[in-house]
Amino acid sequence: MCLAVPGKILDIAGQDPVMKTGRVSFSGTVKEVNLAFVPEAVVGNYVLVHAGFAINIIDEEEAAKVFEYLREIDDQESLPENS
Amino acid sequence: MKFVDEYRDPQAAAKFTQKISEITTRPWTIMEICGGQTHAIVKNGIDLLLPKEITLLHGPGCPVCVTAVELIDKAIAIALQDEVIFCSFGDMLRVPGSREDLLSARARGADIRTVYSPLDAVKLAENNPERKVVFFAIGFETTAPGNAAAVYQAKQQGLSNFFLLVAQVLVPPAIEAILSAPDCAIQGFLAAGHVCTIMGYTEYEKLSAKYGIPMVVTGFEPLDILQGIYMTIAQLEQGRVTVENQYSRGVSREGNREARRVMNEVFETVPRKWRGLGEIDGSGLGLKADYRPYDAEIKFKLSDLSVEESSECISGLILQGRKKPYQCPAFGANCSPEHPLGATMVSSEGACAAYYNYRGRKDGKSDVLGEK
Ligand code: SF4
Repeated sequence: MCLAVPGKILDIAGQDPVMKTGRVSFSGTVKEVNLAFVPEAVVGNYVLVHAGFAINIIDEEEAAKVFEYLREIDDQESLPENS
Repeated sequence: MKFVDEYRDPQAAAKFTQKISEITTRPWTIMEICGGQTHAIVKNGIDLLLPKEITLLHGPGCPVCVTAVELIDKAIAIALQDEVIFCSFGDMLRVPGSREDLLSARARGADIRTVYSPLDAVKLAENNPERKVVFFAIGFETTAPGNAAAVYQAKQQGLSNFFLLVAQVLVPPAIEAILSAPDCAIQGFLAAGHVCTIMGYTEYEKLSAKYGIPMVVTGFEPLDILQGIYMTIAQLEQGRVTVENQYSRGVSREGNREARRVMNEVFETVPRKWRGLGEIDGSGLGLKADYRPYDAEIKFKLSDLSVEESSECISGLILQGRKKPYQCPAFGANCSPEHPLGATMVSSEGACAAYYNYRGRKDGKSDVLGEK
C-alpha cells in the first residue's frame, strides 16, 4: 500500500500549485504525476511516486550512503565499545 | 530501474548478512511495521538468512488488512446504490466483509471501479455529474496527502458529487498500542520509510525515548532492510537507544511539509477501529468540519453500523506479532488467497498471504529462498 516507485521528471506543466503535474518516466513507461507536494522539483529530478503523487525528491547524494555504510562496517573489526 | 536495482545486489546483501552475524551475540526480537517490508522480507527470504538469534515479527502496517469489517460492509452498502460509482484501490475488492466482499457486490451489479490514484476518482465525478462518485480512502500517512488533495481539488472545482469513505489510519498510535502491551517482546523497530517521507520521524524520537526502544527508519529494498536490521542490532548490542535513518535518500527528519499542509487542511485525528486490534485512540484521520459535505458516511447515513469479527481468524494476533501465520489452524487449510477468511490473507502485504505465497504453502515453514 505504501509502495512508492522512483521515476525521472521529463517535463512540468501547470501553474496552479495543487494541480501542478509532470510527465514522469519509470524506466521508459511514462505517466502523468501530480507534483504539488514537491514544489521545488525540476526536470531531471528523480521523485518517489505513490498513487499518482510525487511524495519526495530522491536525494541523489544520500542514495550512495547504503554502500558507503557497508564499506565502513566491512573495514571495522568489531563493534566499537559504547562510550 | 535506477534507485531500485542497485539495492538488490546479492553480493552486497550477503556482506550485510555476514556483518549482522558477526555483531549478534544474543537473541533479539525486532518488528517491521510495514506490510511492504513484510512482503519484501518473506519474498526474499531475508528472515531465513539472518542468524537464528534474530526474530523478525511482522507488524500491523497493511492498511488493507486493518480496515474494520464494518467499513467493508459500509462500502458495499454504498456501492450497491444505483446512482453510485464506487472507486477503490484494487486490493480492497477481495477483503471479506461480514457477508460478502466488494467483488461479489460488483457481480451483483454494483458499479465498482479500481483506480490508480484518487485523482482518477475526481475525474470520474467531473465526467459523470449525474452520478455520485465515492472513493474508498484507505491507507497510512503515505496515502493521506494524496487523498486529501483529491477532496481539496473537488472542493476547488465545486464538485458536489464526490465523496470519501474514510478508513485512513496512522502508524505511531498503533506502535504505542503494541509497545504498551504488558507482555510486549519487541526490542527494536524498523519504522516504515514512506510513512516517514511524509511525516518525518520526530514522533518516533518521542516513542523511542519513552519506551527505551531503538528505531531505524528503513526503506523497502533488500539492502535497505538488511542495513536497517544491522543498525538496529548494532544499537541493541551497544546498549544505545535512538532513532536512526537508514532511508536518507527518501526521508528527512522533518518529512514533507507541503504534503502535511494539505493533509492537515482536510483531515483531523479521530479514534479508529482496527481489524484485529480494536479501537485505538487518535489512530485515524477523518474529514474536518469544512469537508463534512464530502463525507460518504454522513451523505449515505451509515455512521452507526457495527459488526463482530469472525472468531476463526487469528489475524489480530498476527498483526500484533504474537503469532506467525502458520500457527493459525486455518492457514492453508480453509484459508488461502483464493478463499481468504481474514484480511491478512487477502493483501499481498498481509503476513498470511506472504507466507502462503513464498513459503511451503501448507505449513509456511519449509524454506525456499525467494522462490515460489
Ligand atoms: S491464515 Fe487466514 S484465518 Fe488464519 S489468521 Fe491468517 S487470514 Fe486469518
